[in-house]
Amino acid sequence: MAKLTLADLKKIRDEKNKEMTRRDTDKDVQIIVGMGTCGIAAGAKETFSAFVDELDKSNISDVMVKQTGCMGFCSVEPTVRVTAPQMPDTIYNNVSAEIARRIVKEHIIGKKLVSEYVFDNPSRDIIAQ
Amino acid sequence: MAYKNYCLVCGGTGCNANTGEEIYHELIKKAKELGVENDVQIVKTGCFGFCEKGPIVKILPEEAFYVHVKPSDAEELIKEHIIKGRIVERLHYSEDGQDVQERGKIDDMRFYQKQYRIVLRNCGFINPEDIEEYIGREGYQGLAKALTEMTPDQIIEELKISGLRGRGGAGFPTWMKWNFTKQAQSDVKYIVCNADEGDPGAYMDRSTIEGDPHSVIEAMTIGAKAIGASQGFVYIRAEYPLAIHRLEVAMKQAHEYGLLGKDILGTGFDFEIEIRLGAGAFVCGEETALIASIEGERGIPKPRPPFPAVKGLWGKPTLINNVETYANIPMIILKGGNWFASVGTEKSKGTKVFALTGKIKNSGLVEVPMGTTLREIIYDVGGGIKNGKKFKAVQTGGPSGGVLTADKLDTPIDFDNLVSAGSMMGSGGMIVMNEDDCIVDIVRFYLDFSVDESCGKCSPCRIGGRKLLNILDKIVDGKGEMSDIDKIKEISTAMRRSSLCALGQTTPNPVLSIINLFWEELLAHIKDKKCPAGKCKKLLSFSIVRDTCIGCGVCAKKCPANAIIPENCEPLPGKKKPPYFIDINKCVKCGECLTACKFKSVVKL
Ligand SMILES: Cc1cc2nc3c(=O)[nH]c(=O)nc-3n(C[C@H](O)[C@H](O)[C@H](O)COP(=O)(O)O)c2cc1C
Ligand code: FES
Ligand code: FES
Repeated sequence: MAKLTLADLKKIRDEKNKEMTRRDTDKDVQIIVGMGTCGIAAGAKETFSAFVDELDKSNISDVMVKQTGCMGFCSVEPTVRVTAPQMPDTIYNNVSAEIARRIVKEHIIGKKLVSEYVFDNPSRDIIAQ
Repeated sequence: MAYKNYCLVCGGTGCNANTGEEIYHELIKKAKELGVENDVQIVKTGCFGFCEKGPIVKILPEEAFYVHVKPSDAEELIKEHIIKGRIVERLHYSEDGQDVQERGKIDDMRFYQKQYRIVLRNCGFINPEDIEEYIGREGYQGLAKALTEMTPDQIIEELKISGLRGRGGAGFPTWMKWNFTKQAQSDVKYIVCNADEGDPGAYMDRSTIEGDPHSVIEAMTIGAKAIGASQGFVYIRAEYPLAIHRLEVAMKQAHEYGLLGKDILGTGFDFEIEIRLGAGAFVCGEETALIASIEGERGIPKPRPPFPAVKGLWGKPTLINNVETYANIPMIILKGGNWFASVGTEKSKGTKVFALTGKIKNSGLVEVPMGTTLREIIYDVGGGIKNGKKFKAVQTGGPSGGVLTADKLDTPIDFDNLVSAGSMMGSGGMIVMNEDDCIVDIVRFYLDFSVDESCGKCSPCRIGGRKLLNILDKIVDGKGEMSDIDKIKEISTAMRRSSLCALGQTTPNPVLSIINLFWEELLAHIKDKKCPAGKCKKLLSFSIVRDTCIGCGVCAKKCPANAIIPENCEPLPGKKKPPYFIDINKCVKCGECLTACKFKSVVKL
């Protein structure tokens, strides 16, 4: 990576920003696993691997699995945020490896929420920006 | 097989108490009856945070937000909305003058609704190990502005307008500290990030670095430009390996992108950061001790003045701020001081991050505007007390803080209000206690912590703390005397007046707050030799109620001390076996028998 100039910085910002807020194409499914110390202590690493593994097994390649810091719900870790087109943005709680596999099968493939693990109101924009 | 619609029924306590459950079942029933169960998934969710309009039903993808729904409305919702795709205007939420498109967007999660995230703006959203995601959310834009458009004085002026006060505990105005360091004459200056965070129950600095390490790097670089430093240090405790790792990754990426190191963004400005690991001594968070520790000395405080802004690391002017203080700065520079000052109370601007722990339902990390009340934090964001127990008190400010009781729940939190209420902000640990917690025991815990962590350099802190602890030990052991209260007051005054650093000066705070707030409970320990919460072991005794004991012996099996044995007598009338009893001399008061007995025949006295 060459050193950024001011213009480069703005360019990356605009491109990334678009990418991160884009939610309308079928390709843009994101699974975001909370991996702060609290999440990892609760088993988020296993959850993460289970997502990757289950997606592999199901031959799904257009889903992005990402890590992030603490979402704030330390008492119900591991927490996972799933965004998929035409589905509500959802935060799941207590996502063990087993539930992760269910999320892939039911939420990602079946387009059906895994009700028992929906943490709270799934809303599109969790924080008013 | 995808669903056409998702129907979210609020399952929060408010809506549930108000026929929410019935609505849920009615919707499922009607969907089946009308043959559309494969078109709509009906889900029960947590509280929508809009309870006064409950029960609430939301239907996606239209984001229709229905309020005051009744079970009898289920049929219409299914027929009209699900089958015909028409919004049921009658039930739809609308605010005065709001057009239909805007409706339904008010529904943030209850957990987030009272929160306002500036420090944690990126935590839980970006991948902390990917610099481009940070940039995608306005990252390094504040730095770009500071480097290309602003003079050091303008940066400091913006901080002054913002009203930001240090989040490390004392709440000292940040701009002033920056200004002192800037004005100090020296060829070399340093900038330090205090990420020591040793308060029991506090973990917001760790989480901030884990979730958004670049915000600290960006802020320190802005600070370096403002005061004229080219070298920074992050002092972080070695017990935070993940935070350290993420910070290292972030620094490496920032280097690669030319946002750290030589000639940042091509502006000719140079700045380097090094990480220094602390070994986890609480006192090393105190700024003069921290400086000694970075210098490779033993981490013990020095008298101030001179303040670090004048004479800090290796005798050079040094700016020290807390992680959370820094994390606010990129946004202040980017959006302006006025924007920041529009949030918060008159004398405390912005937000505060709390680590909410203890007997609370949603323990976790929350960020609220200054001025939010304790009640809102505990009940709205925190979801209230776990297991339907009663709120007793909340401890704020860590070992140097105090406890606040129910009558203080409506205090709007800010630096000054918490002090007038008898506690303090501290770094932001907030520990909620319920009726089962013994306040004397908890205060003893904090005191024990402070005594352990005293550096030992000055005698008021070293000896005074130990003496206080001895007195509290006496009290929880049932050997307290009324004269102990006067001794506590006397020692506390001496420690406050003459300790070298704030550790010793504040060690008595929690103890004094029980004298003020929990006088009755303290008296019960001293005079009646009783612990009302049933926590202080020496003041407890267990006994078996003869009449209800059926002689099953389950308690005896659980007893680790073999202190429970059957009475040497005939079974009581109507019973098959003789009752059991507890040998007080052998009992270790673990309480195992109490939980083991299904017949509630074991009692705590
Ligand atoms: C015993 C003791 C421990 C402290 N621990 C910390 C700490 O862990 N983190 C911190 O930022 N400040 C801590 N402080 C406060 C620092 O001395 C200093 O005030 C603070 O880092 C200044 O930053 P701020 O102006 O951004 O609040 C501690 C103070 C004392 C007396
Ligand atoms: S309980 Fe339904 S909105 Fe709060
Ligand atoms: S450690 Fe500072 S006064 Fe004791």
